Amino acid sequence: MTDQEIFDVLKEKFGDRVIDLTENVDPWIRIQADAIADVAEFLHDDDKMKFESLMCLSGVDFPEHLTVVYHLYSTPHAQKVTLKVEVEREDPHVPTVENVWHVANWHERETYDMFGIVFDGHSDPRRILCPDDWEGFPLRKDYEVQEYYHGIKVEV
Amino acid sequence: MADVTQGVPEANVTISRPGIPPVVDLEDDDSLQSDMMTINMGPQHPSTHGVLRLEIKTDGEIVEQAIPHIGYLHRCFEKHAENLSYQQVIPFTDRMDYLAAMNNNLGYVLAVENLLEIELPERVEYIRVIMAELNRIASHLVSFGTYGMDLGAFTPFLFAFREREEIFDLFEMTCGARMLYNYIWVGGVSHDLPAGFVEKTRSFLEKFESKIEEYNDLLTYNKIFVERTANVGVLSLENAYSYNLTGPNLRGSGVPWDIRRAEPYSIYDRFEFDVPFGKGEMGTVGDCWDRYMVRILEMGESAKIVSQALDQLPEGDVLKAVPRNVRPPKDVECYFRSENPRGELGVYVISDGSNVPYRVRVKSPCFTAMSVFDVLCRGHYVADAVAIIGSLDIVLGEIDR
Repeated sequence: MTDQEIFDVLKEKFGDRVIDLTENVDPWIRIQADAIADVAEFLHDDDKMKFESLMCLSGVDFPEHLTVVYHLYSTPHAQKVTLKVEVEREDPHVPTVENVWHVANWHERETYDMFGIVFDGHSDPRRILCPDDWEGFPLRKDYEVQEYYHGIKVEV
Repeated sequence: MADVTQGVPEANVTISRPGIPPVVDLEDDDSLQSDMMTINMGPQHPSTHGVLRLEIKTDGEIVEQAIPHIGYLHRCFEKHAENLSYQQVIPFTDRMDYLAAMNNNLGYVLAVENLLEIELPERVEYIRVIMAELNRIASHLVSFGTYGMDLGAFTPFLFAFREREEIFDLFEMTCGARMLYNYIWVGGVSHDLPAGFVEKTRSFLEKFESKIEEYNDLLTYNKIFVERTANVGVLSLENAYSYNLTGPNLRGSGVPWDIRRAEPYSIYDRFEFDVPFGKGEMGTVGDCWDRYMVRILEMGESAKIVSQALDQLPEGDVLKAVPRNVRPPKDVECYFRSENPRGELGVYVISDGSNVPYRVRVKSPCFTAMSVFDVLCRGHYVADAVAIIGSLDIVLGEIDR
């Protein structure tokens, strides 16, 4: 299946909640934030799709939006697909896909830790790499490191 | 006890019987120490293979829950990468999985080259494969040696490091470094192979096959070792996919899936090699022993690949295609995965047209392997937790990045 065919299937099934397909080295499909859990479940379960691996879940801080990127792989069909969800910088919320792929649990924790994107419905929404009481989200482009952490000077 | 309580009214009256504890229902009693106990393992513990803290909740000797706390080695590689030019990121990739630095270099460099579309000299491709496979052997040797040590066998560790030193000597004579190489560059490699490298590598490979036999005699079929690893930490296929386990961990569960075979990158389609996978020889498919055995067999396969690559090695200039300035087109991005000793290393690179990447994201195979740890541990003894960590072959430098 080509990316165009996957896009057509998704468009037919989910209508306006699937936005568009962008050609690139790895093409991607933009999905509305509130639809990602449903789209993920469909891609995972449908016999023609069978995307049973979530290869990577990343956050990206683009100038206009914060973005969550899902790289999926289907072993039976040897097929890749990339999904993107754009969220507002202030108060970003995305539904979790933890119930579809268990690995998303840790990936989403990391994305929250680094970008402050909140995954609604996540079973364990803690930071993962930084300490629990760390301030700010390091991978945001406008991040400024805190001066002191528990009395220790952070940047020397 | 019936005679004591006979005739006692139904109201809740405490009968005082000096010296004899009252009859209690064990289920509801708070005074008994029947609740779960929390054990902290790490962050400084030899069997955690780095700085990892495990919070293990136990019911007696049985693990009910194991919560990994990671991040002790977090250096924010991804933030560094956004502030350095494409070439300057390469030394940072060395420091993620420091046991397989060549493979990390390769994974990152291939991702960047995917955006640039550079034509590489044939010799570069061959040298890269030789280095990556030698490093895979070195990495599996550490895994094998430390796994034995985790389970109480010290000798295999010394044997493994003996051979690993020879591989490091080969790397040292090529690029001067023994562990962190910065060897594979965008468009080439930093140094051509030195005089004598091919002969020295061949003589190493000749000896190496008999060394694997030695490891098998020493550890693989050792009764105590088999008892400790067979039927322990069985990873079901369903969990393997759902937690996106890759590399030897996935193959241990009986799937002959290898990126080098399924989606050959570089020139892996030119070599003949088998993809070993778990068959449940000693117990259940997907147990610790299967994962361990996949690594042992893979060392032999890597040796085969190196040997074929040495036979076919062409002449050429390794620095010919190295660009002065790496500047991929504007707004292109790709996700590239390559087969590391620990699984699929995914590198997601986004370019904004400048010589500095807009974003570099690394999907670490150890990160996903660590996330399944809790599931594997439940219901096993505390001592088995050590066997399970070792069988997953994690490197904390890569989990935390």
